[in-house]
Amino acid sequence: MMGEEFVALSLPPILIGIFAAVACALPGNFLLLRRQALIGDAISHVVLPGIVGAFLVTGVVAAWPMMIGAGVAALVAVGMIEAIRRLGGIEPGAAMGVVFTTLFAAGVLLLEQSDTSSVHLDVEHALYGNLESLIWLDGLGWGSLLDLAALRGLPPELPRMAITLALVTLLTWIFWRPLKLSTFDEGFARSLGLPVGAIGLGLVIVAAIAAVAAFDAVGSIIVIAMFICPPAAARMMTNRLETQISWSVLFATVSAVLGYVLAGYGPLWLGFDNAVSAAGMIATVSGLILAGAAVFGPCRSRVGASGLAG
Amino acid sequence: MFFEAITLQLGYNATLVTIGAALLGLAAGATGTFLFLGKRALVSDAISHATLPGVALAFITMVALGGDGRALPGLLLGSALSSAVGLLCVSALTTRTRLSEDAAIGAVLSVFFGLGIVLLTVIQTMSAGRQAGLESFLLGSTAGMLWNDALVIALGGAIVLALALLLRRPMTIVAFDPEFAAGAGMNVRRIELAMMGLALAITVVGLKIVGLILIVALLIIPAVAARFWSERVTVVVGLAGTIGGVSGYVGAAVSATAPDLPTGPIIVLVAFGLFAISLLLAPGRGVLAAVLRHRRFQARVHVRQGLLALAQGQPIYERLTLRLMRARGLIRADGVATEAGRAQAAQALLDERRWQLLRSDPAHEEAAAHYDGLTPLETVLTPDQLRALDRGLRLEAAQ
Amino acid sequence: MGLTLARDAGRAPDAQSPLEIRGLTVTYAEKPAVFSVDARFEPGVMTAIVGPNGAGKSTLLKAALGIVRPVSGQVSAWGAPIDRMRGRIAYVPQRASVDWDFPARVIDVVLMGQYRQLGLLRRVRTRHMEAAFDCLRRVGMDGFAERQIGQLSGGQQQRVFLARALAQGADLYLLDEPFAGVDAATEKAIISVLKELRQQGKTVVAVHHDLSTVPDYFDRVFLINTTRIAEGPVDKVFTQSNLQEAYGGRLATAQMNALG
Repeated sequence: MMGEEFVALSLPPILIGIFAAVACALPGNFLLLRRQALIGDAISHVVLPGIVGAFLVTGVVAAWPMMIGAGVAALVAVGMIEAIRRLGGIEPGAAMGVVFTTLFAAGVLLLEQSDTSSVHLDVEHALYGNLESLIWLDGLGWGSLLDLAALRGLPPELPRMAITLALVTLLTWIFWRPLKLSTFDEGFARSLGLPVGAIGLGLVIVAAIAAVAAFDAVGSIIVIAMFICPPAAARMMTNRLETQISWSVLFATVSAVLGYVLAGYGPLWLGFDNAVSAAGMIATVSGLILAGAAVFGPCRSRVGASGLAG
Repeated sequence: MFFEAITLQLGYNATLVTIGAALLGLAAGATGTFLFLGKRALVSDAISHATLPGVALAFITMVALGGDGRALPGLLLGSALSSAVGLLCVSALTTRTRLSEDAAIGAVLSVFFGLGIVLLTVIQTMSAGRQAGLESFLLGSTAGMLWNDALVIALGGAIVLALALLLRRPMTIVAFDPEFAAGAGMNVRRIELAMMGLALAITVVGLKIVGLILIVALLIIPAVAARFWSERVTVVVGLAGTIGGVSGYVGAAVSATAPDLPTGPIIVLVAFGLFAISLLLAPGRGVLAAVLRHRRFQARVHVRQGLLALAQGQPIYERLTLRLMRARGLIRADGVATEAGRAQAAQALLDERRWQLLRSDPAHEEAAAHYDGLTPLETVLTPDQLRALDRGLRLEAAQ
Repeated sequence: MGLTLARDAGRAPDAQSPLEIRGLTVTYAEKPAVFSVDARFEPGVMTAIVGPNGAGKSTLLKAALGIVRPVSGQVSAWGAPIDRMRGRIAYVPQRASVDWDFPARVIDVVLMGQYRQLGLLRRVRTRHMEAAFDCLRRVGMDGFAERQIGQLSGGQQQRVFLARALAQGADLYLLDEPFAGVDAATEKAIISVLKELRQQGKTVVAVHHDLSTVPDYFDRVFLINTTRIAEGPVDKVFTQSNLQEAYGGRLATAQMNALG
């Protein structure tokens, strides 16, 4: 398992999986604390209309137009949710439900209407990606990691996801204090003159960037699961935000590695011939971790006086 | 073609699907209203995504038992069981841990869906390339639907609708105020369970037509749209049912006219169209009405403040106030009060003084509660009371 | 008091007053919570904003700070637009306005008060920590620095909020119901800190709901019930007739008698 085959077949997908999982889990921590966990769900549903729209505009199935299309769709969705929430006085959950189902329906309809038979573009791909196919044919062993020519043959998703993760990490680091402050006490943040609205929107945009970059490589399921499960499990391990972030990164990484390995080798160990969906298995593992934290986590239940009661 | 579809002349199966979709929409709209009013609309998202592992497991079980695997009743039973487990997980995470309901919903929907996908890939490798076609449950598919399947859907929709109507009273009370319901001796847990059970039943019945990703729309959109038109629960429930039913009927009929018009998405888009109309045009809660009302209100505030400033000989700073007062002919372009402006300013000041006196008098406590800086006192007091108040004003001025 | 609306004559904002509000109107769902209020708070003293429930006390404070958006009105601090003076203003929100289940320790919350000094990326150094601990000591909470905020009692939470405001090192302190639902020891601790601030020449403005303690705690009082009723030194303004006007019949006779 650790030989040449591993470097070519398993290392790139595992790395891509880890990068995608952590890039989603980082903003997921703040979305969770702001009671906006389902924004990730909404964003990943509207990825489909985004990529179909991009295909209709450009006529090609290529990574960048699709990612830009998905990003635009995510922003449209967030704008629509806010508009319905504010203008109609509708609670956020219901507003999200209206928007993401409608946009998803529009995406499916567009897909059926347009002639996509000649190209690989379908709902299943958007939902569960194809992590297993992201192999590195030039990776002939660990030595290839130092070989520039071989590195050029890496699947493009790998550097793209690495850059996305670096960007998300950098932004989280830079805006750590305003994010934490405005998440905990919005009124106090406003009294300091912090642009609270812009911070909230920025968080959603970063989440959208992570979701869009990740869906292309690993599909939407991982995106939704990683936005919510690792941060939720981490919240039950600690009462400090800094520590919570570390736990969530650890949980996301473990989900990605273990999920990939179980999907690829699990069936073989059980005597079956074929691997199962890695994306689905990563989501499943993250759920098992969450279940474990919900049962054994040291900080799993609410304690002390809730200020709201006074 | 469209006319034939809408008048149910496109053949037996298409007709049955259309009627089934209408019944489904009707039941979903009515049931979804209770979820929406209880602020739990997105629980339906967890319910629907959690059906997938059940569908797959049911298929595997039926094949293992030597059956076909594609029998609709079996698949629906499996989906119902697994989404019930999903609901239990949501409720356990919310009550036993510190997680909020939205996080629990998101966790359950993604994990169950992921597990479902794993099982689907297992099925793909079963007995050498057998086409189970279970992917059609993601987005729904009415193409090649069997007579029996259509019957299951039509009957299921009718039964759920009947149950929703039967339970509408207790569900209304629980959705609105669970604590009151508990105090009144109702079994809140059981009624909430029934509410979730109905939503689950609709999800299961709708899987084949609308698919599990979009069935959520039928539970949410009609209810949200109907809320704009009325403040009364019974009316909202009825309207939501109507909107859902119309969406189902029109959507299914339209999609029957051409092969590349998938039923689920069309139904959802029709429902969204009705929602958009409601959001914009509904009287009272609609956006257009609210914008007009707010602008009128803002103008009232500014004019009143401007008049009070005029009456006391103070300058007016705000540009909007100045513009509004000019437009109403209360001040001239140079800011000096016109005849009408002076008269109205004096009236506003008198009104303010009357209010002030009224509010300091405990005898007028009830009337004083109407004070908001804008309501003229004449609309609150009788002429006799006003005259008595004015006597008090003169008395005070004389002191 | 006469029957004028007691609004100030038009003129430039007062450079002496730490907080000046003119013509402020705030509405919720098209009913004014605060209507056309003028207020000029005096420097170096403690002022209580007093009025019945729903009279717009907290709304006035929040609108002054830009936390809620007013329909009309202008706010200035030391004669300048408030946005330029935020570094000199500390704010203590209502305790119930935040989620105390947030994963943070007491010391983390107090350090939030030093946001202006720390900015985005400056490291928290020993002097920042010492300043934060000093603020905790002033409110009697220095033993709780490492405690998770959700584990605190209501009074302890309120003291942590006050410590955070102290950490801002401001000249004007705006407090929203600092004594609501706190124990007697906390109330004593808070008032002694506020009096200490006044001694240092700082200005304190607090929304307050307990009429019986107004004369003991505060120098001036601002009476409000949607509109401004009266403002001035406690002995001049805190009178039966003004209170009657602000509270209407809602003020129990017994309570009035207790005030003398």
